[in-house]
Amino acid sequence: MEAENNIYTVSVYTENNIGLLNRISAIFQRRHINIESINSSVSEIEGVSKFTIVVNISEEQMKKIIGQIEKQVEVIKAYFHTDEDTIYQESCIFKMKSDLLFEERQIQNIIKESNARIVTVNRDFFVIEKSGRKEEIELLYRELSAFGIMQFTRSGRIAVTKDEMKISTILEAFQA
Amino acid sequence: MDTKTIKKETNTTQTTERISGSEAIIKCLLAEGVDTLYGYPGGAIMPVYDELYKYQDKIHHVLTRHEQGATHSAQGYARISGKVGVAIATSGPGATNLITGIADAQIDSTPMVCITGQVASHLLGSDAFQETDIVGISTPVTKWNCQITKASDIPEVIAKAFYIAKSGRPGPVLIDITKDAQFEEFDFNYEKCKGVRSYIPIPKLNHNQVEAAAKLINSVKKPMIVWGQGVALGQAEAEFKAVVEKAGIPSAWTILGAGAIPTSHPLNIGMVGMHGNYAPNVLTNECDLLIAIGMRFDDRVTGNLATYAKQAKVIHFEIDPAEIDKNVKTDVAVLGDAKQSLAALLPLLEEKTHPEWHQKFKDLYAIEYEKVIKNDIHPTKEGLTMGEVLQEINSQTKGDAAIVTDVGQHQMIACRYANFNKTRSNITSGGLGTMGFGLPAAIGAKMAAPEREVISISGDGGYQMTIQELGTIFQQKVPVKIVVLNNEFLGMVRQWQQLFFDKRYASTEMTNPDFVAIAKGYFIEAEKVTKREDLKDAVAKMINTDGPYFLEVCVEKEDNVFPMIPTGASVSDVRLE
Repeated sequence: MEAENNIYTVSVYTENNIGLLNRISAIFQRRHINIESINSSVSEIEGVSKFTIVVNISEEQMKKIIGQIEKQVEVIKAYFHTDEDTIYQESCIFKMKSDLLFEERQIQNIIKESNARIVTVNRDFFVIEKSGRKEEIELLYRELSAFGIMQFTRSGRIAVTKDEMKISTILEAFQA
Repeated sequence: MDTKTIKKETNTTQTTERISGSEAIIKCLLAEGVDTLYGYPGGAIMPVYDELYKYQDKIHHVLTRHEQGATHSAQGYARISGKVGVAIATSGPGATNLITGIADAQIDSTPMVCITGQVASHLLGSDAFQETDIVGISTPVTKWNCQITKASDIPEVIAKAFYIAKSGRPGPVLIDITKDAQFEEFDFNYEKCKGVRSYIPIPKLNHNQVEAAAKLINSVKKPMIVWGQGVALGQAEAEFKAVVEKAGIPSAWTILGAGAIPTSHPLNIGMVGMHGNYAPNVLTNECDLLIAIGMRFDDRVTGNLATYAKQAKVIHFEIDPAEIDKNVKTDVAVLGDAKQSLAALLPLLEEKTHPEWHQKFKDLYAIEYEKVIKNDIHPTKEGLTMGEVLQEINSQTKGDAAIVTDVGQHQMIACRYANFNKTRSNITSGGLGTMGFGLPAAIGAKMAAPEREVISISGDGGYQMTIQELGTIFQQKVPVKIVVLNNEFLGMVRQWQQLFFDKRYASTEMTNPDFVAIAKGYFIEAEKVTKREDLKDAVAKMINTDGPYFLEVCVEKEDNVFPMIPTGASVSDVRLE
């Protein structure tokens, strides 16, 4: 019997060292697991990096992978959460022809209704930015694609958890 | 950069001195107590070799004949002594040749530090001569790795490397050092690493878990222990023996656990796993409590997990939290190092003997003896068996030798029939199953423990994978005893072909060279035995020879190793024929 898969958001707090991304992604690769999205940034603690990784796997697989991630020397702590336990966003930008903005009145309505915003406009093109959930971004993409999109990029998921992370306490414990 | 240097100079204390990166590397190794390193020179590591030349009275560099040999020698050194093994190589092919040994050390938790030279930092990524991304390549098979491009990083990184390799669950660390960092001068000062803030080598022992484990052990009727290398790695042999004896629990070992209590101990019930003993395999599926200590439920140990010890409660004593519930669900997990955990457990245990339960092991042993062991060690057929050779070596060394094996049939036979009186006496490639491990590992083992008899036992296949290390043995005058059990086949693969592939012997038959002539070519005394009546004297001559010695024993071509648990079968379906 195949265990049921779920979307999990993995948060990994690490030292900021060269090669850690490779070390962490290799844990997924070795188990033939596709990473849906991955984001690396600074965290709330100075000098500590945070990876936010989205995967679609079973809970049992997820727990074992968290163990393998935490085993890495430079990983401070790793967590996994379901969508219900996190507040998460993605961001995207569209580049489109400037003519459309004046010729296709509907575009302005789409931008307004989707809570997107125009970042810049020049003679040749304009750029729309939108943050939200994946579905909202996909809807906007579908609506705009009818007019022709010159370029499109979507970011990986970023998330914060409803629960406290207590990384500072963990770090203090390490140093004790 | 210049300003930084100037600032440092004004802060110079008596403990700093201005030296090159390469000299710093040697000084770091000396500070870590390294007396021997195994390696092979080349362009990108030449500055370090130049320093090794200057420091040759303080640190012994062993020139192996291939970098793979250097890693296996370092592993053998580490496995017999518990100290960190050190291997050194140049960039590119020198570095990639280390990978098999590093992967082997990773899966078998062997403390090892590998140092590789790298092209100069301004050439990184330019596809320079002998440039390879060894940090990228080694990432999945190292406990930790790091590239150094500045000499001033050398002391801290090497200190960290030794600390990480040795502490907690040990493992291999690779440090890649660019050539310019080796040349660069800086103010050297060495401090040993005492901790890394993101790394907990030993989880804190939870006494509630120890109490829960003790309660369970005291309440059951048919407990069984399976111990692994964690007992020896944690130097917990004495604590382990005390626990086993007080609670009267039949105890079996994984291949890497061998010898933590002597083979002859009445509570030692033999090896578990694919070619393990009959009783512990069968009774794994009958015990009411399975106590795993410092082992990781490898698939070669468990067979089919769906039918593995399902009737039993499971306690897992383990240092690595990632191993808990990885393959087998536990009822009680005791995280910590074996020495501490078992010492805490001992006073909570009730004294027991479980005589009826013990009798079951004895009864099944009698069946195994009749069907397998008797024919292996006292054969009546004409050809020599691997079992009788092992029996002969074992009786002449009185079970005190360190047996270093390669991988395959001879390895299983050695584990089954060698007596291990002492801990750290079974040096073999367990997890990775690296053919070619044995001969170079025996070199390292003998150099780390010159007082011990070290016998390398290989098959004719694996022996030829690293046969060039005879050159190292000759040049270094390492008095290892080398036994090749020659059946002119890749025996284990042939056995599988016979049992599972209708005897289609695809590429397993070997046409072998004159092994005695090859050994003699390296000026190593050698003999070949083909008849039973010559075996005893040949083994005696080997053991009584002071220097290195090579003994080829021609054994039955198509013998099989039994008992055997076919892949995917249950441990209780272990076959005796």
